[in-house]
Amino acid sequence: MPPPTDAEPALRLADVRHRFRSGPRDVAALAGVSATAMRGTVTGLIGPDGAGKTTLMRLVAGLLRLQSGRVEVLGIDVGRDPLAVQARLGYMPQRFGLYEDLTVQENLDLYADLQDVPPAERRARYAQLLPLTGLGPFTKRLAGRLSGGMKQKLGLACTLLHPPEFLLLDEPTVGVDPVSRRELWRIIEHLTRESRTTVLFSTAYLDEAERCDQVILIHEGRLLGAGTPAAFTAEIAGRSFLASAGLGRRELQARLSAAPGILDAVIQGDRVRIVTASTGTAASADWSRAAPGLSLTPTPPRFEDSFVAKLRGIARANEPPLPPASPTATPVATAPPPPVTTGSTPGGTPEEPVIVVEHLTRRFGPFVAVRDVSFAVGRGEIFGLLGANGAGKSTTFRMLCGLLPASAGRLRVAGFDLRTAAATARARIGYMAQRFSLYADLSVRQNLRFFSSAYRLSGARQIARIDWAVGEFDLAAVLDATARDLALGYKQRLALACALMHEPQILFLDEPTSGVDPLARREFWRRINALAESGVTVLVTTHFMEEAEYCDRLIIMASGRVLADGTPASIKASARRDDRPDPTLEDAFIAMIDAAGTEVAA
Amino acid sequence: MWRPIFALIRKELIAVFRDARSRLVLVVPPLIQLLVFGYAATFDLNHVPIAVFDPDHGQASRELVARFAGSPTFSVRKVLDSESQGSALLDARAVQMVLVIDPRFTRDLYQHRSAPVRLVVDGRNSNTALLIEGYANTILSGFALRWTAAHGGPPPAAMLDIATRYNPALLSRWFIVPGVIALLTQVVVLLVVGLSVAREREMGTFDQLLVTPLRPIDLLLGKGLPGVLIGLVEASVITVAATVWFKIPFRGEIGALYLGLLLFVIAITGLGLAVSALAATQQQALLGAFLFMVPSVILSGFATPIANMPRWVQWLTFANPMRYVLVIVRGVFLEGTGYSALASQYWPMAVIGLVTLIAAAWLFRKRTV
Repeated sequence: MPPPTDAEPALRLADVRHRFRSGPRDVAALAGVSATAMRGTVTGLIGPDGAGKTTLMRLVAGLLRLQSGRVEVLGIDVGRDPLAVQARLGYMPQRFGLYEDLTVQENLDLYADLQDVPPAERRARYAQLLPLTGLGPFTKRLAGRLSGGMKQKLGLACTLLHPPEFLLLDEPTVGVDPVSRRELWRIIEHLTRESRTTVLFSTAYLDEAERCDQVILIHEGRLLGAGTPAAFTAEIAGRSFLASAGLGRRELQARLSAAPGILDAVIQGDRVRIVTASTGTAASADWSRAAPGLSLTPTPPRFEDSFVAKLRGIARANEPPLPPASPTATPVATAPPPPVTTGSTPGGTPEEPVIVVEHLTRRFGPFVAVRDVSFAVGRGEIFGLLGANGAGKSTTFRMLCGLLPASAGRLRVAGFDLRTAAATARARIGYMAQRFSLYADLSVRQNLRFFSSAYRLSGARQIARIDWAVGEFDLAAVLDATARDLALGYKQRLALACALMHEPQILFLDEPTSGVDPLARREFWRRINALAESGVTVLVTTHFMEEAEYCDRLIIMASGRVLADGTPASIKASARRDDRPDPTLEDAFIAMIDAAGTEVAA
Repeated sequence: MWRPIFALIRKELIAVFRDARSRLVLVVPPLIQLLVFGYAATFDLNHVPIAVFDPDHGQASRELVARFAGSPTFSVRKVLDSESQGSALLDARAVQMVLVIDPRFTRDLYQHRSAPVRLVVDGRNSNTALLIEGYANTILSGFALRWTAAHGGPPPAAMLDIATRYNPALLSRWFIVPGVIALLTQVVVLLVVGLSVAREREMGTFDQLLVTPLRPIDLLLGKGLPGVLIGLVEASVITVAATVWFKIPFRGEIGALYLGLLLFVIAITGLGLAVSALAATQQQALLGAFLFMVPSVILSGFATPIANMPRWVQWLTFANPMRYVLVIVRGVFLEGTGYSALASQYWPMAVIGLVTLIAAAWLFRKRTV
């Protein structure tokens, strides 16, 4: 390793700006980011999708021409000499280019050739990397047959063949199961400890911030803060509480998030986690009026609390054109007109399940994507399918929507198998696809009009529903904008508006909040909760362990099988141990995998 | 029940015309191809460079040379001093034919003896060589007829009296441009329709459509009618260009032409939708469209007559909608063929359209990964 002292930063960013042309728009991907990263540390580059993480990564790697500002890596000016920097860094892009038709070993050999690793050194290097990544037993397997987590580890191994001094990892943990995620972090920690490698790690998962030595937090191209995770949480020390009262948790959350002086209220287990605008509980009298019998327990702040507090600060600073998150009215009041059907009371135990799945199996050739899955969802319930990419949740979801035939088993949605039922049966469901599939060339208004027509709305009712969507989702300002040009949060709102046009009784949501910022996610769940309260049944898939907190019940899937079934609280309780009194769902997931002793990746 | 279909059609047309690039695809390539086919693709020979060796220098030989020089087909580039110069010019591709006149040409003719004339033709392109020989022969027999009429002598043993119907001047443009109407319509419809479903699959919006109460027939009409509409507009523009710009005679009924074009566009739309429904990505759809397009042009009689093909290939052409529409377009333009005579061309396209559309509707739901 070179002589420079550890005190000298490995990365120095000075007022980095970058603009893109996207059709007619000029987008500021980065609007003046300055930060440093110390040698031999892990720096988290954290922000939601569209924050500018990948642009910044590519600028640091010298893959994009620097437009303005200065980027210095290991003392080299990247703008002036990108090749010198590239010789010393390793870059793993979001979708690492593995050759799926080659085996693990062949991929390693190929990348060793491409990176000009001398054949004499390869054997020793493989001997280090294969145990480190846990890929040793799988060298003869085709890369295409690996699980998402193992693919990421193989990509990382390929990047590390030529040991880099500086390692750039662009969202390596997206969609990866918790076990693989934990292993990826172990590899990273090993690298910084043993070889003093500097790691710049980008992620949209806020809980990963706490594993980093330092954090660069960006949002919409702007730097929101840089420093140690502890410094971020210290800013809001004494402002995080767990609240409970004699109310349902959703009701309590809705009331508290509307109360003055509360920046954030999210469901956590049976209680509601709140972040207050200032320390102390001076305004607690107001809160108690909103939620009689309120009791608050102080709790250590999380990184996400600090991010939300910062975002609320920004939203407040430019008040008039604010993103819609401000809870001006109580959520229940703004809820869409419920699809009134007589029957059970919301929240009560529904007498007859709306969705029934029994021994559902789906094979693709010899590969079993979904194996003997059974569950039932009652009216007005929010039910989650939780699992990593490739766990089988999307396949299950598509079978329920009638997009894919089942190989075996029985399924009923509102009494129908949508695959074979008459087309009109599909009018009962609303569907929001992954990545918010909208017609990108159509304007917001045209999208609304098209989907309402597709659901056979016409005349006054169609006009009324479009007006409702525009008002409810704050779309008036963007009505004539092309869907392609919308910000991610708006796309998500438009997609949900389109799915709700016909007031469905059942709502299917596939990865509904992946990549959106925490405020947009809260806003989204506020609406979903209101829908559920009004009797709509919601089925949601997510690979986001935290998001599962919003579900009434959920199943956790891995390798096409159901690992666990129950309420978030009961699943977490199953993982409670003396040394871990308050486990997260992720802890529970890992514990289950360990207990089952099965190789998730297999 | 028509409202959702209209909404689909509307959306489809907005999507095509809102995007500057796809607008361009509809206008520019067909225009360029029309010009290329109208002007460049021709079987006619014009200004073929030739050399002349005339040691006779008589009245008759000069008259013969003048006939060659005066014809639009040939252009006399060089008058030679020896026969051997001719070979060198042919080798160098400076000329494509050498006309060698016998030294006793004029004398022989006056004595009513047969007077030899030799043509040396560049045979490297056999097709062109045959055409050159044919044109030269026409000039020679014209000369011989005139000579006997003026100077007497035995008339030729047998005489051809050729009358070319439909295309008296044998302009190949009259044959090619009407064919281009079918060709370009097929290209545009196949691309617009072929990519439409695949693009939606790629964007994820097709799933979104499948979970709405739209039935397969709604999807089929909503996806297919925009293609039919665009195809008919495209065909109309080229038809107008063919008659107004290229001055191709239009002798038949508009209705007979449009019935043929409509059935053709429906058949191609069905094929495009079936390709699109099978493809998972736009790239696959594009490959599929071309996989169909190239053989369909060759097996259509667009350039080479179907009757010349081996029998088993001829059987294949029966599944090719373009085969039928070419007969219709050429028939209506040049011959003025009517409905009843074209019935045998109409119904096979209707059958192909029906089969492909049903297949596409079925594939919409089946093909899900």
